[in-house]
Amino acid sequence: MSEVLVMAGRSVRLSLRAGDALITALALPIMMMLLFVYFFGGAIETGGPYVQHVVPGVLVLCAAYGAGTTAMSVANDMAEAVMDRLRSLDVSATALLGGHVAASVVRNLAATVLVFAVAFAIGFRPVASPGDWLLAAALIAAFVTAMSWLAAAIGLLARTPEAASGYAFVFAFLPYPSSAFVPVETMPGWLQAFAAGQPLTQVIDSMRALLLDRPVTVLGAAFVWCVALGLAGVAAAAALYRLRVKRA
Amino acid sequence: MTVVAEGLSKAYGRHTVLDHLDLTVPSGAIYALLGPNGAGKTTTVRLLATLLRPDSGRASVAGFDVVDARSEVRRRISLTGQHAALDEQQTGEENLRMVARLTGLSRAAARERAGQLLERFALTDAAGRRVKTYSGGMRRRLDLAAGLVGEPEVMFLDEPTTGLDPRSRQAVWEEVARLASAGVTIFLTTQYLEEADRLADRIALLHRGRLVAEGTAAELKHRVAGERLELTLADADAYEHAELMLGGRIVRRDPARSTLEVATDGSGAHVRELLDALDPGRTLVERFAVRSSTLDDVFLEVTADV
Repeated sequence: MSEVLVMAGRSVRLSLRAGDALITALALPIMMMLLFVYFFGGAIETGGPYVQHVVPGVLVLCAAYGAGTTAMSVANDMAEAVMDRLRSLDVSATALLGGHVAASVVRNLAATVLVFAVAFAIGFRPVASPGDWLLAAALIAAFVTAMSWLAAAIGLLARTPEAASGYAFVFAFLPYPSSAFVPVETMPGWLQAFAAGQPLTQVIDSMRALLLDRPVTVLGAAFVWCVALGLAGVAAAAALYRLRVKRA
Repeated sequence: MTVVAEGLSKAYGRHTVLDHLDLTVPSGAIYALLGPNGAGKTTTVRLLATLLRPDSGRASVAGFDVVDARSEVRRRISLTGQHAALDEQQTGEENLRMVARLTGLSRAAARERAGQLLERFALTDAAGRRVKTYSGGMRRRLDLAAGLVGEPEVMFLDEPTTGLDPRSRQAVWEEVARLASAGVTIFLTTQYLEEADRLADRIALLHRGRLVAEGTAAELKHRVAGERLELTLADADAYEHAELMLGGRIVRRDPARSTLEVATDGSGAHVRELLDALDPGRTLVERFAVRSSTLDDVFLEVTADV
């Protein structure tokens, strides 16, 4: 356990020192939120102020960008000599990857707090009981943890950090065909089926319901998706790590 | 014996990198694996340091099998690779403390150990600076320090001085000698004959994945002619004539420079006799020189016909 903490501490320290990359990672979701609220929002009918609608979507988008950073930092480690040192120190795969994932969760939660702060400043007014807030926080934590494990797996799959960031772009695209920014019913029929069923929509709809005091209908499905995606990420990362190390 | 390899083989696809390597390293020795790029040096080190699995054969380090008892081996070794294994964005001290924590030291013990090593490697002043600001020599010193955090029994150093300036190289050599005298077994690879000659108790020559010679520097030099007479011939005709005359006695030929080398005992009588017999008209040989064999000669000889 202390191994994981040491490795997580390292990852957090490295991300704090990434300089421009850190600023970009934090600023990008905020820019996207401002872009949607002020440029597109006026044209999108959601039955209320657009900022009320879009915040959960921005949180998910934020986690998706965060996954790119995580995939890249895992790929970076795999490509560098420091990996040989860590392996020859007998650091377990759990600690190596767990450290990245833990730091990724910390980064994402920090970005989430920042998004909330800016959202409040531009007029986001959630209506939620403390219990709803707690559930919403648990859901976002579960979601970023799942995304982080998937990102770690992508970082192991990619041969270079650049490729990792390219693969992770899929995550940054997935919020668009979901209920994040526009109502699913406005999409073409063939896309509606995907958009309504995909996990991001379950997570976003649940967040929306919890934060805006609407009937919560898909929260169970949202948690099940997070756990399933997280476990898939862990399994894929473990298998890919073994492959990488064997072939190295 | 601290390091024992028997029939160690490794291939990537159809490309054989190591071909039935056998070697033994006595404890406390400095053992140099010498060979050109692509000979299989790094693969050997990675196999012995448990980072790779051999396709066949077996090896043990400090008495433990590198495949079955990987963790036991890892606890007793350290590996310093060709490229500094450090986090550029962490300070020198943070890097060492991290390694110390990963070897199981407490926070306080890790801080103390890092401080000792920084002092020993003359890095105390740079301890709080990020590694990205370090010079090549400083990085290498910090990398060696990181390798010593866990007080290893066996240190693997993969080309520890490649790319270093002469002063930093000297510093690494001194540190290696000091470690060996403290009882640490050193297994190093190098492409510099001078380095092996200077540091190692035993030298193994690796060529295309095979050990082609092994012994002390003196033994290896003795395998080829100890003293050599180098003849510079006047022109191409003279070279051809001399080559024909000397035949099997030639130990090295270099047509581009019109030079031939033959074995000699270095005595005036032998040199005179040889020159008289070869060149009675005194027109063929322009110059001559007598020199001792170097590891270069050994290397060129043993790899020539492989």
